Amino acid sequence: MKLLVCVKQVPDMESRFKPDASGVWYNEADLAFRMNEYDEYAVEQAVRLREELGEGTLLTVLSIGPDRVVETIKKALAMGCDNAVHIQDTTVSAKDPWQIASIIATYAQDKQFDLIFTGMQSQDRGSAQVGVTVAELLKFSCTTTIVGFAYDSCTVTTKREIEGGIKGVVTLKTPALVTCQLGLNIPRYPTLPNIMKAKKKEIVAIQVTDFMTTESRVTTTHFHSPMKKSGGIVLEGDVGELVDKVRAILKEKSLVLR
Amino acid sequence: MKTILIGEYREGKMLDATYELFGFARQLGGETVMFLVGDETVLPAYDGTLYLAEAVQCGEYNPELHKKLLLETVQKENPDNIVFIHSSYGWDLAPRVAAALKVAQVSEIVDIIDGGFEVGCCNAKMRRTVTPATSRAVLTIQTGAFPAVQPGGTPAVIKISSDSDGSLTFVGYEPADKKDVDLAKADIIVSAGRGVGKKDNIAIIQALATALGGELGASRPVVDAGWVPHNQQVGTTGQTVSPKLYIACGISGAIQHVAGMKKADFTLAINKDRDAPIGEFADVLVIADVMQFVPALTAKIAQ
Repeated sequence: MKLLVCVKQVPDMESRFKPDASGVWYNEADLAFRMNEYDEYAVEQAVRLREELGEGTLLTVLSIGPDRVVETIKKALAMGCDNAVHIQDTTVSAKDPWQIASIIATYAQDKQFDLIFTGMQSQDRGSAQVGVTVAELLKFSCTTTIVGFAYDSCTVTTKREIEGGIKGVVTLKTPALVTCQLGLNIPRYPTLPNIMKAKKKEIVAIQVTDFMTTESRVTTTHFHSPMKKSGGIVLEGDVGELVDKVRAILKEKSLVLR
Repeated sequence: MKTILIGEYREGKMLDATYELFGFARQLGGETVMFLVGDETVLPAYDGTLYLAEAVQCGEYNPELHKKLLLETVQKENPDNIVFIHSSYGWDLAPRVAAALKVAQVSEIVDIIDGGFEVGCCNAKMRRTVTPATSRAVLTIQTGAFPAVQPGGTPAVIKISSDSDGSLTFVGYEPADKKDVDLAKADIIVSAGRGVGKKDNIAIIQALATALGGELGASRPVVDAGWVPHNQQVGTTGQTVSPKLYIACGISGAIQHVAGMKKADFTLAINKDRDAPIGEFADVLVIADVMQFVPALTAKIAQ
């Protein structure tokens, strides 16, 4: 059985974001990058299935981007992926979800993958389009936002997360693609022996131009901060003083205190 | 301009968010048509044309079949825009339709400014202005971003149907976890977010809740990590609350969380990140380390 998991490298979301020279995306200077959080769940689920199926199953991790994404690929390898594909692209952030999905589908179309895992969305762009679009292009069965997963002889049983806390139980026949939601599992931390082992695993580097066949379908014209809607008060400084101020506010509002 | 609005129906009910589609369409301008996989006896209060497939026959969740039905409707109506709610139904179906039609998709629109669509990015801390590069576009709108508008009247129903041929089967729903703690009735809720750092620190947040005579709530990452049970989760997939006082401790303010607490009368947020989106919804934002500030506030209140 052949498995693929697609991962994206994104900045730490605690960062302060500023526009880059183009004005349509963030400036990467001073940002620390890590694996997209949703993709950690995708990798963990793929690795669990890989372990369950044992010999004869191959799990490949794929990422698109500049050289920095190799760090994220290495993390996925240390978590338990068998090998990796790095689609080298220094202008990945200028591509829209349709183009990213097309690149992945073009790579995957002759590889006979049985099951593809992706995160349900990225933390930075957050379109929630790439996984589903890959499935459409490959004509794979697909479901999204899964918080439960089981596999048994060509059938995938998933639980989809639905608003209000209910879940939808959905079964799919392979070949299939699932997009993973937070809480699907508990992603493992790579152990030191596995990090060492991962250094020996193969990372195949391919130029994005080999798979680039489409034009973008959306245009971003501006990257900016949201207009602050509320006239809320911002307090900062010494904790002792802050506590006094907050207590006074709560008292004034006579919400809680005498 | 013509827009097809994709309504939502679940477990015998039209979803209220469906009416936000009309609020969005009003800002877009032009005429509207609605598409719904629902029930003939539960029609939207809308005086336009409604393409209706029966959920009993076509399933409440069957994206392959719903895509097929919608594509047939698009062929008949030739719309400029196809608009979904950015929900578990919408974000699942929209990319399939956009791919099949070979058109642009813009996800989770929060506003229209000078004809450009505003969408959130970087965990809602930033915005992008996006325009489709194709003449037709698939759009999804963020829940709560546009006003709910009831056009009123009764739709002219055009019944549609098709047979399922996909390899996907919707088995059924699993109900939400029992609510041992009914946060909806609480006057004071103190919620813990990822910023509390570790499971052991939940006790510190609980202590503030206890000192105020309130209940402990939590944001999703804290529940996912197993620090607080799911029945105390506030947000889209947890409980929707409307307390007199809501204290968000180390919660960034993802839209899914905000959707569950924005009806609070008064919100106090404690976060060390001054750009955290929760700041947009808080009456008071305290920029501080939660683990320093909260115990000090609890001690002060207990005095």
